[in-house]
Amino acid sequence: MSPAGNPRHRKLTESRLLFPVLALALILVFDFFYVPGFFTITNRDGNLYGNLIDILRNGSAVMLLAIGMTFVIATGGVDLSVGAVMAIAASVAAVMMNPVILGTSIGTDIEKFVTDPSFTYSPLWEVILVTLAVSTLCGLWNGLLIAYGRIQAIMATLILMIAGRGIAQLITNGVRIQIFYEPFAYIGNGWLVLPFSLYIVAAVFALAWVLTRRTAIGLFIESVGINATSSYFSGINEKRIKVLAYAFSGFCAGVAGLVASSNIRTSDANNLGWGYELDAILAVAIGGTLTTGGRFSLAASLVGALVMQATTTSILAIGVPAFAVQAIKGFVVVLVLLLYSEQLRALLRKLTSQWGA
Amino acid sequence: MADGQTDVLVMKGIAKGFPGVQALEGVDFTLRSHEIHALVGENGAGKSTLMKVLTGVERPDAGTIALAGRTVAPRSTQQAQALGISTVYQEVNLCPNLTVAENVLLGHEPHRRGKIDWRAVHARARELLLRLNVDVDVTLPLDTYPVAIQQMVAIVRALEIGSAKVLILDEPTSSLDAAETAQLFQAMRTIRAQGTGIVFITHFLDQVYEISDRITVLRNGALVGTYETRALPRLELVAKMIGRSLTELDEMAKTKLETARGIKPETTVSARALGKSGAIAPFDLELHAGEVVGLAGLLGSGRTELASVLFGSEAPDQGTLAVGGAPVEDHSPLASIQRGVALCPEDRKSQGIVDELTIRENIALALQASRGWFRYLTVEQQYELAEKYIELLNIVTPSPDQLVKNLSGGNQQKVILARWLATHPRLLILDEPTRGIDIGAKAEIQKLVLSLAEEGMSCMFISSELEEVMRTSHRIVVLRDREKVSEFSGEVQEQELMQAMAGSAR
Repeated sequence: MSPAGNPRHRKLTESRLLFPVLALALILVFDFFYVPGFFTITNRDGNLYGNLIDILRNGSAVMLLAIGMTFVIATGGVDLSVGAVMAIAASVAAVMMNPVILGTSIGTDIEKFVTDPSFTYSPLWEVILVTLAVSTLCGLWNGLLIAYGRIQAIMATLILMIAGRGIAQLITNGVRIQIFYEPFAYIGNGWLVLPFSLYIVAAVFALAWVLTRRTAIGLFIESVGINATSSYFSGINEKRIKVLAYAFSGFCAGVAGLVASSNIRTSDANNLGWGYELDAILAVAIGGTLTTGGRFSLAASLVGALVMQATTTSILAIGVPAFAVQAIKGFVVVLVLLLYSEQLRALLRKLTSQWGA
Repeated sequence: MADGQTDVLVMKGIAKGFPGVQALEGVDFTLRSHEIHALVGENGAGKSTLMKVLTGVERPDAGTIALAGRTVAPRSTQQAQALGISTVYQEVNLCPNLTVAENVLLGHEPHRRGKIDWRAVHARARELLLRLNVDVDVTLPLDTYPVAIQQMVAIVRALEIGSAKVLILDEPTSSLDAAETAQLFQAMRTIRAQGTGIVFITHFLDQVYEISDRITVLRNGALVGTYETRALPRLELVAKMIGRSLTELDEMAKTKLETARGIKPETTVSARALGKSGAIAPFDLELHAGEVVGLAGLLGSGRTELASVLFGSEAPDQGTLAVGGAPVEDHSPLASIQRGVALCPEDRKSQGIVDELTIRENIALALQASRGWFRYLTVEQQYELAEKYIELLNIVTPSPDQLVKNLSGGNQQKVILARWLATHPRLLILDEPTRGIDIGAKAEIQKLVLSLAEEGMSCMFISSELEEVMRTSHRIVVLRDREKVSEFSGEVQEQELMQAMAGSAR
């Protein structure tokens, strides 16, 4: 029997996506009525632009974080440090492309960093490789503290959340480094019919999907998240699974850091990725993964991230001042999470059956 | 009844059901003043439920409770305490970082001019403890003292706050050494002399005989009887606790005889002076291919602990273990599975099933763990595996994609069995595989064990039901007080076994 051929199996996956997709659809319906021209997509030189495209593009970083966060939350943990790891990644990348601030003596004309958009100190592949290695190490550190140091996930990652921004500052000597190197800027600003960052999201999603559905890692993550003791008796090494989940979350944060810093063409240790960890956690929650761990769906988490971003974009589009965005976002999240509440569903069932009678 | 004794507590016809289980059925229990009354029974006999009803944690479905002649219906532990029913639990539930005096009098401190009078608090706490011959500095934090002292503090608190007519001690000695136990017993005698009735729950039979005046035995939620301790021989008590029903023995006995011929001399597992301090005393054990070895012993005798050190879920700290002739270095479940040792753990819900996963995933779990992360059993292979065992073990389910939490206990147990059979173990340890499942499934599992042995697997069968162990095992190892005490092969009389389980007969 194949999984696709089994109706029960397919229905289950469908229902996992149902609520986040429903929430996203509701927001878009709202936009359809209240924001004129929200759905307009223009084609300039073969590239597509518009509000919908903006949601996808601006949501890239949180989508990336949500993929890694899904691993972590499914094991029953949480990773508060991803925003800070983004900042570390941005600082590492910036300093590798322009290390003048560290006093590195370079033979060439210093002004070339500003005047020549094709000039970089380290080649781009090296920048990406080292940045992702550093951010994966950050995640590894979290994982080791949690799995082997037996520190609660919320505390262990809180440490890096606080310290991470300091580390990011140290790397760049406390300075915001402007990036003029064009190939790097393409990561977050380039367009290939669709924004280039979307292809990065797709690639990371594909990697995560293969890791969880074409190896035993996905099964083990869910098993550990549901019942760690039973998993232990079945021979699953809970510690290694946890370390892997946090390391992967760090990796995703590194990719998100590259996208975000490329987008604003600077390393900004104070503000880059600020508050993103919470958006990512909410995205995973909207995607239906319990914060106590267990069953997860990567696709549902991605839609959850889009719900977060669509809310922001829509609120701004109808002209609500930016400072009120957080409050309204909170309201939307409460509504979606209430959809998952067994109590509320039972209440609704009771009410509807009363009306029916 | 001795002079001055009165019935301080009379429980009549207590019944309590939980979804799927009748925990108590028409249980009577009478406690006198000036009495230490032992409440005994195997796991699931209903001891804790009865006490929960008495202390207001659970409401009975039927029955009455009379305290000193007055009908009461406590609705919370606080209310029970106010009525004079106090409990000291297995694990001390006090505040370890408060002082001894604070723990004794918390919430009831003497006041003076609107403030706590600390001098009076300390004096009072000291006086109360001295009554039980406990002489400690009451101004030190509680956790500076050993568990035994902490337990005394809990008892003193229970007596002081509740001015208890009834004191319930739930497994108070399980973490005490001999000297501490003696000290606790001294205190219990003092309390008895003051008139309080004490309910003493324990599974240590020696202690029952040392301190109790009467014994009440429960089994499967029903009352077996209440007896004068002096008048009840130890062997009879054990028989009453485990119960006996001699049904469909013939058929099983025949199969057993037939399979006994299939036992090979080849040793699958051999333990030499293997042990773990605090869990199981060093033991020697050899298991052979095609053989079923039963572990008999009362609750807490070390059955599960012995299985755990063989499987590696508890790493032994002494002795050696060899599996298939090769000495074992790495004691962990994963390593055990890879060398062909499997354990069906005792607690199906918390150690066995992963309830939110499907039958298919639960069955594939251990085999997949032994293969590692990257040699993935494809979903198709998982379906094949699941369907094979659903048919083989007769698991009742509409589909392999059913979540395991939706299955009955017996079917859940079969899923766990399937999980282990899928790893093709050479030794399969079954710890209480038939607990909490219906008679039909029980018989199926017992037969399965024998047929697995016939195929050359080595099995270890652990159960608190003696007749079940006798029916399925070619050889029986008896444990008492966390020590292997004897081994019986061939035909063995139930009397002999019980004698060994109970220790010195009275």
